[in-house]
Amino acid sequence: MTDYFAIRRPALRNSPFVLAVPDHGRMRVTMASQRAQALGVHNGMVVADARVLVPSIEVLDDKPEWAARLLRALALWCARYTPVAAIDEPDSLVLDVTGCTHLWGDEQTYLNEIVTRLTTSGYHVQGAMADTIGAAWAIARYGRHTPIIETGHQKSAILSLPPAALRLQPVILERLLKLGLHQIGQFIDMPSGALRRRFGNEMLLRINQAVGTIDEPILPVEPLEPYHERLPCLDPICTAGGIEIALTRLLDALCMRLRNEGKGLRTAIFKCYRLDGKMEQMAIGTNRPSVNAKHLFKLFAEKIPGIEPDLGIELFILEASGVDALLPGQARIWSGSCTLEDSGLAELLDRVANKVGKDAIRRYLPAEHYWPERSVTVAASLADKPATAWPDDRPRPIHILARPEPIEVTAPIPDYPPMLFRYKGKLHKVKKADGPERIEHEWWLESSRHRDYYSVEDEDGARYWLFRSGHYEGKTSSKWFLHGFFS
Amino acid sequence: MTVSRNDMINQLRQDILLMEGYKPPAASAKPVELGPMGSAFPHGIFPVGTLHEFLTDGPENGAASSGFIAGLVAALMASGGVAVWIRSPGSSGRVFPPALKYFGLDPGQVIFFDLKTEREALWAMEEALTCEGLAAVVAEIREVNFTASRRLQLAVEQSRVTGFLLRQNPRNKHTIACAARWKVSVMASEPELLMPGLGFPRWHIELERVRNGHPGSWQMEWLAGRFHPVVQEVRGSALEHPRKTG
Repeated sequence: MTDYFAIRRPALRNSPFVLAVPDHGRMRVTMASQRAQALGVHNGMVVADARVLVPSIEVLDDKPEWAARLLRALALWCARYTPVAAIDEPDSLVLDVTGCTHLWGDEQTYLNEIVTRLTTSGYHVQGAMADTIGAAWAIARYGRHTPIIETGHQKSAILSLPPAALRLQPVILERLLKLGLHQIGQFIDMPSGALRRRFGNEMLLRINQAVGTIDEPILPVEPLEPYHERLPCLDPICTAGGIEIALTRLLDALCMRLRNEGKGLRTAIFKCYRLDGKMEQMAIGTNRPSVNAKHLFKLFAEKIPGIEPDLGIELFILEASGVDALLPGQARIWSGSCTLEDSGLAELLDRVANKVGKDAIRRYLPAEHYWPERSVTVAASLADKPATAWPDDRPRPIHILARPEPIEVTAPIPDYPPMLFRYKGKLHKVKKADGPERIEHEWWLESSRHRDYYSVEDEDGARYWLFRSGHYEGKTSSKWFLHGFFS
Repeated sequence: MTVSRNDMINQLRQDILLMEGYKPPAASAKPVELGPMGSAFPHGIFPVGTLHEFLTDGPENGAASSGFIAGLVAALMASGGVAVWIRSPGSSGRVFPPALKYFGLDPGQVIFFDLKTEREALWAMEEALTCEGLAAVVAEIREVNFTASRRLQLAVEQSRVTGFLLRQNPRNKHTIACAARWKVSVMASEPELLMPGLGFPRWHIELERVRNGHPGSWQMEWLAGRFHPVVQEVRGSALEHPRKTG
């Protein structure tokens, strides 16, 4: 954590400083910089005491969640080395590197690469590699000889280390010290019954975890998608062409795998890890499970210009976050007509949805309501079939206004279509009319006045759908509206 | 000698039409019934697999054009299929899906795209036109320039989808790359004999421009699920059909 501050403020690099939080009315050190530690300041000290030791010490405010957040960011950054990176509070990262090291040559270069990269960016790190998390933890902190422990040698490697390397509680450590046990080797072979009696279950658990007789689970920061493909790059990529090539390769590999397993892709995320540790990503979705790499590429291609490669991208990851069983492809029997299940149509809809949003695409189904505003619903998917037939027993206008617009009318007698009406300042003389068709609002949904609809035609031949809201109540109070245009 | 020369000229005309992409109708394809209007088009049939432009003004004529287009699309979808209807801010009105049924179009087989800008609408239309197998693509877009229409025309030539451009009050009325330019306006209907109320929908149709055809104007009526030319005398057959408007 102090390294992070030193990176952000280079002036701090050469002076001792601590991070502190208020605790019971005094300031307590949560984190001391490397230099401050050398001068005798340690974590948990009261700031006043530290000032006595080092009068020139600088005190900065700390927030409890900062350290965890930084650790998480570093774990995410490590995704370029392995897909499974976990946080071990308060100050370490656990990487599962199974099957990753050969990409960098061997284990030694792999470890050196990680450590060097972190060190050059300003962090003080120690790394170690072993079969078990416990052993790696111990070697990273207390090991002196080699950071890489061969398979099966973790027990002999930790024999000479102090007991603290076993991740034990301070109480147990003190008890061990009292008994004169300064090295793990002195007690590791004692009978387990005796150890449990004296030091409790935790002691046994930690020893077994370090040796490898008990499995220790890793909880990765990012849960791993079962379907994902990775493409690390030797040289950083910063051109759109390069990104496209990477994308094509990943898509081909992923689609091949999905096809073999009878799955189709519904949603996918394409992540680009940049050299400076930031990540760019884009997501797509499809209407139907798809394994058509060309089509998926088109969906992504729309978004490639939005990626900022900055210094370059060193790792591409393609994750299929949603997969469905692949539907059997519909063979087109004769050309010239396609159905709603056609894959070409689904791909068209994907492209449109991807560019302008899913809400732009609508397909309507009849709803069992007479009230015009409720008479259609938007279909949730292409597979939806109308529950009832489309009604066609009543005249409905081809164009409807989203909201009925008030008009002024002259009606000869109640319940007769109007003779004249004025819409948007223009007077229309009604020549022919049909109606009324009374439509009541369903009282169990919403209550409002009924409407008496008339279809009228004016002297030009234009046809309108008008209605009177409610009963005729004398000349002044009845309200007329225009709701649509017939063709 | 003169006969053979006429034959030759006719043959050459056919060849030119072929080169321009007007294929003679396949035996299996059902042509769109347009009555006497058909003679205005090359080969005497309504050209499919091309772009048609409709100019309108005002909500009344917009509705009339939409209805007429719905009738045409229904004829194209007679053997099944899916149509795409693109709406943009330049739309003349909002299509009410249940009314499409009246023109023989299953509203469930029409997919609507509601786009926020004309640019997106043009893009979507081009994408839709490249999608082979669609019966028709209708787009309500106000401004289309020549370049954009060329792109659409090229897409259409590949996929043989029929495209309809419905342009409400466009500022730019220059020629664009289309097979035909239409103008559909409202026309007073004629109620059936001795019956009150409204008659069947009628349109006054102007073909302002037809490639390789003969422009003209016609009066059409929608009756019993197809287009009929308007005849002024009293029809006996009309009485058999239920009276509806759409």
